[in-house]
Amino acid sequence: MAALKRPGAEAIVAKGWFAAHKWLIVRRVSQAGVLALFLLGPLAGVWIVKGNLNFSYTLNVLPLTDPYVLLQSLAGGATPEGKALIGAAIVLVFYFLVGGRVYCSWVCPVNLVTDVAHWLRRRLGIGRTVRIPRKLRYYALAATLALAAATGTVAWELVNPVSMVHRGLIFGIGAAWAVVLAVFLFDLLFAERGWCGHVCPVGAFYSVVALKSPLRVTAARRADCNDCMDCYAVCPEMHVIKPALKGAARGVGPVILSPNCTNCGRCIDVCSKDVFRFGLRYDNRVTESAGRMPAGAVAACSDRA
Amino acid sequence: MNDAPKTAPAPAPDSAARRQFVLDAAKMACGIGFAAGGLALYAKQSKALPPDALRPPGALAETAFQSACIRCGLCVRDCPYKTLDLAKPESNVATGTPYFNARTVPCEMCEDIPCVKACPTGALEHSLTDIRKAKMGLAVIVDQETCLNYLGMRCDVCHRVCPLIDKAITLDPEHNTRTGKHTRFIPVVHSEHCTGCGKCEKACVLEEAAIKVLPFALAKGALGKHYRLGWKEKERSGESLVPADTPHQYNLPEGYRYELGGRGLVRDEPALSTLPPAPGTAKGAR
Ligand code: SF4
Ligand code: SF4
Ligand code: SF4
Ligand code: SF4
Repeated sequence: MAALKRPGAEAIVAKGWFAAHKWLIVRRVSQAGVLALFLLGPLAGVWIVKGNLNFSYTLNVLPLTDPYVLLQSLAGGATPEGKALIGAAIVLVFYFLVGGRVYCSWVCPVNLVTDVAHWLRRRLGIGRTVRIPRKLRYYALAATLALAAATGTVAWELVNPVSMVHRGLIFGIGAAWAVVLAVFLFDLLFAERGWCGHVCPVGAFYSVVALKSPLRVTAARRADCNDCMDCYAVCPEMHVIKPALKGAARGVGPVILSPNCTNCGRCIDVCSKDVFRFGLRYDNRVTESAGRMPAGAVAACSDRA
Repeated sequence: MNDAPKTAPAPAPDSAARRQFVLDAAKMACGIGFAAGGLALYAKQSKALPPDALRPPGALAETAFQSACIRCGLCVRDCPYKTLDLAKPESNVATGTPYFNARTVPCEMCEDIPCVKACPTGALEHSLTDIRKAKMGLAVIVDQETCLNYLGMRCDVCHRVCPLIDKAITLDPEHNTRTGKHTRFIPVVHSEHCTGCGKCEKACVLEEAAIKVLPFALAKGALGKHYRLGWKEKERSGESLVPADTPHQYNLPEGYRYELGGRGLVRDEPALSTLPPAPGTAKGAR
């Protein structure tokens, strides 16, 4: 699957460059914006946000806690106090509503690294990939919690690339750059979408938060799909698309229900037929009648049986 | 169609797929187990705080602290003296936790303790409201051979910079046996009052400080629980707890007797020249 064709090329022709990159741009602005807010204090002395992704205090009123770190802290035997607990509750409610892995594609600094690795991987035509089960991350998630309980420390935080990078950017990088490099090389050379798509327990945690999230991407106009496969090419969790996009024949609704979907919206961008859009998980009726099914869709479904 | 997503094989009813599934799960568990084991060892090592690193005021005991602190750095941010820092991955302090090095920047013992106030988790205990009650460590004269006051000079710097001067650190006069006619002013740290702020260590004029703040557990000795200090007990109860001196009847050197409640050990007259001198009376015997 070398990069013979740039995914999204058709969409650029059909919709124009800007429309074919809309969500990507908004998402990058969000990632950069979050980072900028955190950096404004240490670099410019403007203290809107203090702290880092583990816990931050905005304008001295809004506490935000990473619930996953707090969970490890609890597992380690600590009894956190009010501000940390309130912050975790706010974050949990927010990510439940917008989709847990919005954290991954809209906030997490490592996503920038792994996205670049993936882009370069396609550019260089690196096809070899180590097969890692996508479920590995849930085992990793369970292991980090077990480890916290066993060692009585927030053990995962000793090596967690996510917090290490973010803390490093704000408080001084130290040797954390080596961890970034390791993640980058892992994704570039060993496994496609290796870290974020298979290993990272932080992403796994936010997948769990997303299990019943209302905001989802939906392949609402899947009947228009022309099988260009561009959405698969750009999706960091490509296994989430097929059930929704090709599920009409089996009576599966068009909403991407997999909690692994990061709500990055890139599939919306690159689809020249505007099949995808953001929607609610409840809006998941199968509207197509079997007779109107395009031939391609049926073929794509039947190859799974 | 070679671009199709590769989905992990779901546990299908046929046994080959099931075997594959079990195999996959076992492999993952093994891989994760390995990684977790390594991390557990690392975590165990990181639990030991190196002796030159001190925690901010109010920090829970080290093990409790390492599960309670979520590495947010708010304490670091709110310290007006930039005393604190979050440990970098390459340092031997647990990654991301706040610490300070007294010789670099000591704690200035802020009246309002902003670092403790900032902590969202209670890893720095909010019950600490009087900074004089902080126990970040304990100052110790680690080297009597180089401390200028021990050498008989009047440096006194550690004493003078101590925020709890004459409480946490006192200068105790002592005869200088080297010169035979001067007084040495020995700096003595009192654990009851020393907060471990490290100002003394920072200020020590030597190349390498002769006074250092160490973790409390390293710095402090402990008497056996059954030990009673006679003079303290006497103070408390107003009288000696043991009955008045029992007479020494046995193992007295020949020609000695013991005067109960009087002069103590006395030598019978006339002295026999062959007798050894009485203990503690070396000069008189000659
Ligand atoms: S999977 Fe992990 S590293 Fe990747 S974006 Fe999500 S939290 Fe960040
Ligand atoms: S008491 Fe003051 S100087 Fe000491 S660590 Fe806290 S904020 Fe910094
Ligand atoms: S403020 Fe508290 S939780 Fe945050 S780094 Fe400092 S001690 Fe840890
Ligand atoms: S560490 Fe030194 S300066 Fe600070 S209270 Fe103790 S003796 Fe005084």
